[in-house]
Formats: sequence, structure tokens, C-alpha cells
Amino acid sequence: MLLDALTLQLGYNAALVALGASALGFAAGTVGAFLYLRKRSLVSDAISHATLPGLALAFIVMVALGADGRFLPGLLIGSALSAWAGLWITGWLGRATRLTEDAAIGAVLSVFFGFGIVLLTVIQSISAGRQAGLEGFLLGSTAGMLRSDALLIAAGGALVLLATVLLRRPLLMTAFDEAYARVQGVDTYRLDLALMTLVMAVTVVGLKIVGLILIVALLIIPPVAARFWSENAPRVVLLSGVFGGLSGYAGAALSATAPDLPTGPIIVLLAFALFAVSLLFAPLRGVLAASLRHRRLQHKVHLRQGLLAIAHDQPIYEAVTRRMLRRAGLLRADGMPTESGRAEAARAAFDEARWHALRRSGTLSELAARDDGLTRIEAVLTPDQIATLDARLSGREAT
Amino acid sequence: MGAEFVALSLPPLLIGTLAAMACALPGNFLLLRRQSLIGDAISHVVLPGIVVAFLLTGAVAALPMMIGAAGAALLAVLMIEAIRRLGRIEPGAAMGVVFTTLFAGGVLLLERSDTSGVHLDVEHALYGNLESLIWLDASGWASLGDPAALAGLPPELPRMALTLLAVLAFTLVLWRPLKLSTFDEGFARALGLPTTLIGLGIVVMAALAAVAAFDAVGSIIVIAMFICPPAAARLMTNRLGRQVIWSLGFALLSAVLGYTLAGYGPLWLGYTASVSAAGMIATVSGVILGLAALFGPHRVA
Repeated sequence: MLLDALTLQLGYNAALVALGASALGFAAGTVGAFLYLRKRSLVSDAISHATLPGLALAFIVMVALGADGRFLPGLLIGSALSAWAGLWITGWLGRATRLTEDAAIGAVLSVFFGFGIVLLTVIQSISAGRQAGLEGFLLGSTAGMLRSDALLIAAGGALVLLATVLLRRPLLMTAFDEAYARVQGVDTYRLDLALMTLVMAVTVVGLKIVGLILIVALLIIPPVAARFWSENAPRVVLLSGVFGGLSGYAGAALSATAPDLPTGPIIVLLAFALFAVSLLFAPLRGVLAASLRHRRLQHKVHLRQGLLAIAHDQPIYEAVTRRMLRRAGLLRADGMPTESGRAEAARAAFDEARWHALRRSGTLSELAARDDGLTRIEAVLTPDQIATLDARLSGREAT
Repeated sequence: MGAEFVALSLPPLLIGTLAAMACALPGNFLLLRRQSLIGDAISHVVLPGIVVAFLLTGAVAALPMMIGAAGAALLAVLMIEAIRRLGRIEPGAAMGVVFTTLFAGGVLLLERSDTSGVHLDVEHALYGNLESLIWLDASGWASLGDPAALAGLPPELPRMALTLLAVLAFTLVLWRPLKLSTFDEGFARALGLPTTLIGLGIVVMAALAAVAAFDAVGSIIVIAMFICPPAAARLMTNRLGRQVIWSLGFALLSAVLGYTLAGYGPLWLGYTASVSAAGMIATVSGVILGLAALFGPHRVA
């Protein structure tokens, strides 16, 4: 069943929904990555909650005009308009008053959502008996989705993606250095506006599948997960899109296998699973890799300090250091250095002396800033520079 | 009219007001510490907490659910800290990851388990059920002095009153340390105040208010009341004491006006049904904030 779902064997409509969800997820991941690099992830929370009043008003208007209130394009236009209003008010509160952005976000999301709920109860009372089905937009539902709806969602996701690709250069530049981008002729205010419009588009397109409460997850979680894998911004953006697309695809497929597996939550939980794997196992910034790197550094520091102590005939007090030296075959069980231990210790002491000389040499002393107590001097200086140093070392010993 | 008002409208009105004020009070400190969105996060993660409590006990009882909600809030705070530290991720994004995930988990649990026999669903969690908290034993204003009738009050009322008292006591007793560590954390630390502990205390107070209010009135009021009344109050004055009093006043006004508009507004317009009180209270608090942002004497400084 699950395999059928993942290979799109559950029928034409389920396949369309899965494809729509992956297009949406990919678009959300890439747009979200720029939002994350701009450190404004939570603005999307205000935008998504602000869609509710517009959604309900669009329904009321369409019913009043005698049309079908559930006509998806109409609902999406309404929700986009009220998301715009919410976004504008968030910005206005920040500009016109001394309230901080997080307070403005919280105020807009709670008030718009509350007003939307009021309108939902109004709809319930005017269409008494007839299910409006607008509750499905809170948490997303793909059950009984029309073919045209699925196509609309896939097309919307593709459009957002296209716009993101076109804007990628100025977006990246602004994310890293706003002042530099402005000097380069980027209108950062309008670019931010464009980014927010893309966020809004993703939110509106995702309402039907993921729902307005959880759509922010698709904008926030994939970029955070992708960030663990690379320091290269374009790669983070692409990977974030891939993560979002995977979660959307697998989530929609999974939820088609059983009636009580709501699409939105499944997609979010899959995205979180990708995040958890990245947090733990990503080779670059993952927790496991970082702790391994830390262990290796610790090992190096202990060995070096132990060797220097041997060279200076000082006792080694740290049990950990003694154990590491013994394991490296540099120390005997009785605490005396082995033959190779003495040789290594002498080499370490000599290296230390060279660094010391480097610090005193007028011409090369700036290179001494690279002394971290671990790096061998051969890694920093050329052989003839070392020869000059050695000449000075022996010269001083002679006088 | 009097009897009907006391039985049907007075308890929800009181509960809504108490909940609004209990959330607005810690909201003042969260606002000044730029932690306003913690209220948002807490109210999202409460859902999995009460669902798990329900699955474990099999009943919709107040105490296990509040314990479950508090546990979920604690788990969320720990997860946010862990992700922020381990992954070196900015706090806003870490919060976004945690609260959406926990909320999604809560919704999934709720949909997968059989809760058809009890009143527990996502809608209830979002906009509560203020209108259903009625007092069947009341026969009029005289019932307020009748112990037998008072015993039939909805239990949310005394619980919310206690919560407000606890939050109020916390604020009054720790007023000076709270004020110092909110405005100048470095100075407070230099004076030897345990600023980390104070910060934690504020979050715990906020969580307590959120969990108690959530049970009675749903999460919309909780988020709106954490932010809108304190934000509007901040635009009215430069003094913390006055700001707190303004915010309590705005919370009271939002609750009373919102409840009245929701219950009676449609009647005045000639409709028979009422609209969501929780949503209307949040809407009114937003209108108040809007007015304060347009006309408040301390909009900019």
C-alpha cells in the first residue's frame, strides 16, 4: 500500500496531489531558505494566520453573488488579499510605533486569526445545515480534492519556484550583506517586499494541502535542516528545496494510504524527521561530527602537552594524558617514556623553540600569530625560512 | 432577563475576563524582553500535552490535562534550547521548528485516536468553548449568595481566579527584581540578582496562565492577550507600573466588549445566531491596539 502510494499507483488524483505537494514543498523550501538567511522566519507565521479572514470573506462574497463558495481560485485570491493586509500592518506597526517586530507578528497573527474565526462562525450560521468545509483549510485536507485544484496547486508552486530562481542573485546578496547589496544597486526594500510576496504565494498555494496553521513549518524546517549540510548558500537553498519537496511528496503519498492520516501534520512530521537526521548526522555541522572533531582536538592537545612535559623532564599529572600517551606507544606502563616517546618529545620541544624564535624574528613575526600550540611549524613556513630560523637558534645558543 | 444573564452570560464573561487579565499580566514582561512569541509557541504545544494526557487517563479531566499541557510546554522549552545550542540556530527559527512539529504531532495523535465520545478536537483547542461554560444552578442574582447554587459553578471559574491571583502575587512580590532584570539585565546581575532564574520564572508564569486559560477559552485568546493589551499599553505610557495597569484595563475591556459583541451583536443586527466569543475578544483587543498605535501618546517614545 505504502509502496503503491510512493510510486503513484493509488490513482490519478492521489498522484496529482502528491506531485502538487512536492512542487509546493520544493517552492516552500527554497523561499523559506531565503527567509531564514534573512533571519525573518517567523514573519511567515503572521502571513499564514492572516489568510483566514480573507478566505472567509471570499466565501461570503461568492455565496452572496450566487456562486459556489468553495471555488478555490476565489478563496485563494481572498486569502492573498488579507495576507497582504496582515503583512502591511506588521510592517506599519514596526515603522509607526516603537513595538518590536516579534510583538507586531504576534499581534497580527492572533487578531487576524481571531477575526477569521468570528467570520467562520458567521458562515456557519448563514449556511446552516450546509457544510462550508472551510475548516479544512486550518489543517489541510486532500480528501475529495478536485483535479483542477491539484493542478492549480502544482502550477502555483512552479510559478513561485520560477520567480525565486529569477530573483536568486539579489536575494542572496541582500541576505548576506544588505549594505553591499544596496551599493550594488539592489532596492532592498522592494526586494524584501518581493520575498514576502513569494512567502505569501507559498502560504496561499499551500492552504489546501498543509493548512494555514502548519504551512509555516514547510517554510522554516527545511532550511534549518539544510543549513547543517553546507556553508555554501546556493547549496543550502537547493537542499532546502529538496527537503521540502521530499516531505511534501512522501507526506501526501503516506496520507493517501489511510483515511485518518491528515496530510498537513504528516508532511510536517516528515520534515522534522529530516531535520533531526541532519542535526545529528550531518558531516559539516551535525552534533555527531562536531563531537568527533572535539575529541580529536582534545587528543592532539593532550599528546602535545604530555610530550612537552616529557621533554622538560616534568611529571605528567593528568591521568587522561598519561593514558593517551601510553596508547600511542610513547609512554611505558611505569610512566617512563619509550624510545619513540623521547624522540617525539624532543621533536615537540624543538618545534616549540622554533615558534619561539619566530615570534622574536623581526621579518616573520606576524606569522607567529598562527601558533595555536598544535600546528607544526613546517605547516606555516617554507624550508628556507626554517633554515634561517635554525641559524638564528644555533647562533643564540653559541653566544 | 436577570436570571438568564446570571446563568448563561455571567460565568463565561467572568472566565473570559479573568483569563484575559491573567495572560496580559506576564505578557507585559514578555513584550519588554522581546519574547512575545513565547505565548504563541506555548499555546501551540499545549495541544499534544492534553491529547497525551487524555490517551493516558482515558478521560477529559482537568488536572491530568493541565499536567500534560505543562509537561508539553516544558518539553518545548527544552527542545528549543537544545536545538538552539546544539545546532547554533537563531532562536526564532528554533522556536518555529519546535512548535509546528509538536502541534503537528498533537493533531496526528488526535486524529488517530478515538475521541469521538468526548469533547476534544482541534477546533476546541483553537477557539475554546467559552459559550458553553454556563451555570445551570443559577436562578437569578440571588444565587450568588446561595452556597448550593454556587457549588454548581463551572470549575473553570475558580481555577481561572486562582491563576490570576497566583500571577498577580508573583508580579507584586517580585516587582523590583522583575523590573530591574527586564530593563537592565546587566545591572541586575551586577546587583547579584539571579537573572536567569527570574527570566525562567516569567516564562513559567506565562505557561501557567496559558495552560489554565487554554483549557477554558482556547488558544486564540491566550496569544492575543499575551501581546495585544501589553503592546497597546506600551504605547500609552513610559512607566512600567502604569503600563501593567493599562494592559489589565485593556484586557478587561477586550473581554467584556468582545463577549458582549459576540453574544448580542448579531441580535442587534437582526440575526439570531451568535458568533465566536473567543474570536471576537481577540478582534476587539486588536482594534484597541490599532487605536493605541494611531493615537497613543507614547507611540514612538
